[in-house]
Amino acid sequence: MKKENRLAKRKRRNQKIAFGLFQFVSYSIVALLFIILAFIVIKGIGVISWEFISEMPKEGMTQGGIYPAIVGTLCLVLGSMLFAFPVGVLAAIYMNEYVKDGWPKRIIKQMTNNLAGVPSIVFGLFGMALFVNKLEFGDSLLAGSLTLGLLVLPVVIRTTEESLKAVEDTFRHASLALGATKWQTTSKVVLPIAFPNILTGLILSIGRVSGETAPILFTVAAYFLPKLPTSIFDQAMALPYHLYVISTSGTNIEASRAMAYGTALILIVIVLISNLLANALRKYFGRKVKMN
Amino acid sequence: MHKIESKNVNFYYGETQALHDISLSMKENTVTALIGPSGCGKSTYLRLLNRMNDLIDKTHLNGEIYIDGHNIYAKNTNVDDLRKNVGMVFQKPNPFPKSIYENVAYGLKVNGITDKKVIEERVITSIEQVALWDEVKDKLNKSAFELSGGQQQRLCIARALAIQPSVLLMDEPTSALDPISTAKVEELIYDLKNMYTIVIVTHNMQQAGRVSDNTAFFYMGELVEYDKTKNLFTNPRKERTQNYITGRFG
Repeated sequence: MKKENRLAKRKRRNQKIAFGLFQFVSYSIVALLFIILAFIVIKGIGVISWEFISEMPKEGMTQGGIYPAIVGTLCLVLGSMLFAFPVGVLAAIYMNEYVKDGWPKRIIKQMTNNLAGVPSIVFGLFGMALFVNKLEFGDSLLAGSLTLGLLVLPVVIRTTEESLKAVEDTFRHASLALGATKWQTTSKVVLPIAFPNILTGLILSIGRVSGETAPILFTVAAYFLPKLPTSIFDQAMALPYHLYVISTSGTNIEASRAMAYGTALILIVIVLISNLLANALRKYFGRKVKMN
Repeated sequence: MHKIESKNVNFYYGETQALHDISLSMKENTVTALIGPSGCGKSTYLRLLNRMNDLIDKTHLNGEIYIDGHNIYAKNTNVDDLRKNVGMVFQKPNPFPKSIYENVAYGLKVNGITDKKVIEERVITSIEQVALWDEVKDKLNKSAFELSGGQQQRLCIARALAIQPSVLLMDEPTSALDPISTAKVEELIYDLKNMYTIVIVTHNMQQAGRVSDNTAFFYMGELVEYDKTKNLFTNPRKERTQNYITGRFG
């Protein structure tokens, strides 16, 4: 009896220690995130104003705003998504719904994973070689968007695939058993169910795209360009590159320090907004799918 | 002529032979129950009849299965048309995450029926056929997930009936249902017999006894005995059948 009590006590103590440790680690991560955010907000909030987000940079980028960089980043996000979304979703549909298990599928999968592991600077070099030079797009929104699109392609493929995999086979079987073709089944049953999750994956990859610096370095980003792009063959400024420039190689780094934090803050806000949007849309469509 | 006729069917999952030389014929407008212990091949056999086993990699079949005199495994068979003619109800109710109405209309739409009036008529008729109309007529636009399990299963039967098949396959259709819903589905099977040829897999021998005209007992991938349900349950010819129906194994 006594022995059992000791055992129970020890078990309880171990449980407490393990639980405490996990709790500590989890909260540390949250705390760390808040510290970083707080740091950037405190340092950057001072320069945030309507002028900051709506005006061209002035005085060697120590004054004025970051309007062209915001527009440039939004254009790049849009452009890369226009490329990566259809290609990625179609590839994922093909892999998950059409190809049978076997070596071709394994190879495609492995290649996609490898692509996800390629350092972003390598994408930058590849984009420069192919889009800028070989295809003669020059330093342009088109070249930058395609390069960024390639970068997030594996992310789009993987999240779409996971979303499709999460759709239970019973729905596919029900549809096929009614004489529906594979494409009817995919487009009318599987995709609507998977859509909220696919959308979430897509929006999360927007966060990734808007923050990347290396792929745009040689393909689109302008050091200083106080006008908005007018065509897809124009160069553009972009937030992450602008941040890099005014932090490391601006005309007066000390003077533009506050601007740098402000830029970082805007970048984070864009990512944050896209994440919140992802959540809201998933909830909205999640409900809608059930209702329909 | 028999409605469904299998001749010397052997079926393999990869290297494993799941069915051994099954020859089995079913008349039109009869209910045939397939019984046997788990893994005996009864569900596999059922899924051969609408070629659902095609979806599984590395399977192959030899032998012939005829429905309405046509070999459904012949090269020129259109599988989509076959499945339109041979409807299926699954073990667990699996309505689509769509409205009650859309669930039933789906099969019509994918089979090329576009006339809204025709669709509406068939949807209503089918829901009436499964005796679900009074329960759902005021909420046709609500999600099918709001229905109870038993109602969902009857909706799935309505969905299968809407495209007017001549054969209806049922894979343990009541195994996930409570006794009252089960009774309703069984009653339904009895009513549907006049219009369809029904093949039902069941673990429940009382159920086989209640709903079927003929019963086939499968064991280890072989068809042990096939007879009128009454004979098979009261006077089995084979010892293994006797043992199984008296609960001595399985």
